[in-house]
Amino acid sequence: MYKNLFIIILLTGFGALLGSFLLTHHESLSLPDLPAYYADKTATEVGAANVVTAVIVTYRGFDTLGEVTILFVSAALIAMFLKHSKADLRDRNPRPSSVILSTAQKLLFPLIVLFGVYVFANGHLTPGGGFQGGAIIATGFLLLLMANPQAEFRHGLLNSVESISGITYVVIGILGAVIGLGFLDNRFMPLGELGSLFSAGAIPVIYSFIGLKVGAELSNILHHLNEVQNEE
Amino acid sequence: MEYLSLQNIGLVTGFLLILIGLYGALTNRNILRIIVAFTIFDAGLNLVIVALAYMKGRVAPIIDNTTGLDHLSEKFVDPVPQALVLTSIVIGVGVTAVMLTFALRMFKTRHSLDINDYKVTKW
Repeated sequence: MYKNLFIIILLTGFGALLGSFLLTHHESLSLPDLPAYYADKTATEVGAANVVTAVIVTYRGFDTLGEVTILFVSAALIAMFLKHSKADLRDRNPRPSSVILSTAQKLLFPLIVLFGVYVFANGHLTPGGGFQGGAIIATGFLLLLMANPQAEFRHGLLNSVESISGITYVVIGILGAVIGLGFLDNRFMPLGELGSLFSAGAIPVIYSFIGLKVGAELSNILHHLNEVQNEE
Repeated sequence: MEYLSLQNIGLVTGFLLILIGLYGALTNRNILRIIVAFTIFDAGLNLVIVALAYMKGRVAPIIDNTTGLDHLSEKFVDPVPQALVLTSIVIGVGVTAVMLTFALRMFKTRHSLDINDYKVTKW
């Protein structure tokens, strides 16, 4: 009873806090200094058409490195917690998935991966980028697992894709510090023409490696969860 | 009509999602439901941050033919909260995956997903 009372008090208090914020809040009319700087200078300084990408990959590239690390740590945690025995997985004979699902998987899997590659290769021009593209690639692998739960990924391949892209990301950042002006500076490669595919210096390269890394990590997580399900 | 702007709609929806998520996390006993409630809370927070960055009559911060190259800081919405929300979404995915893994492990050891069966760490 006291617990319910406590929950009601907490929720109404929190709701009142949010409500009072809503009533006193006013839409701002101009950008603060820092976002205004980003909006004005991105075209000349970074050369990326997508300002959000310029903020993520270049202006705050160090944060993104931390973000990639967090995703890596959570993937490693999951792999550690879901260690499994490979004993009697082969003997079981589960119900095969429906014809619709398996046919659609064969048709759609390459298209989904292609779309993911498109999204992260164009991250500096259109809404999208490495994380989104990687997530799309992982949905392709999810479809694969749904159609055939016994599917075996080549863990070695996924792991090496992940580690090589992670290392390359850091190496590109150090190259920016050595050749360019600072860690993760994108200007050691030619900036190119604003709005074309090969522009914005190192941003497309960095985002492609982030996309590969995120796709491999999320696919690994899905595969680990699926293997545990197979064991039960 | 002053209160029915796009920003306020986004803020109200986000606040409602936050309250629903908090309520769900506090009242449910099933661990999987608590995880779903946390995910809803997360979505609400992201929506609030993006809605706060919205400004009337401005476009998404992507340079193209319609925006041109001049006076961009008067045409774009704030790009920084959008970048932060992208980070927050990715970290939310990682945290949710770790929570689900913990739930799986707990179910394997005790064969129960009821939070009341786990009293070791209760305060």
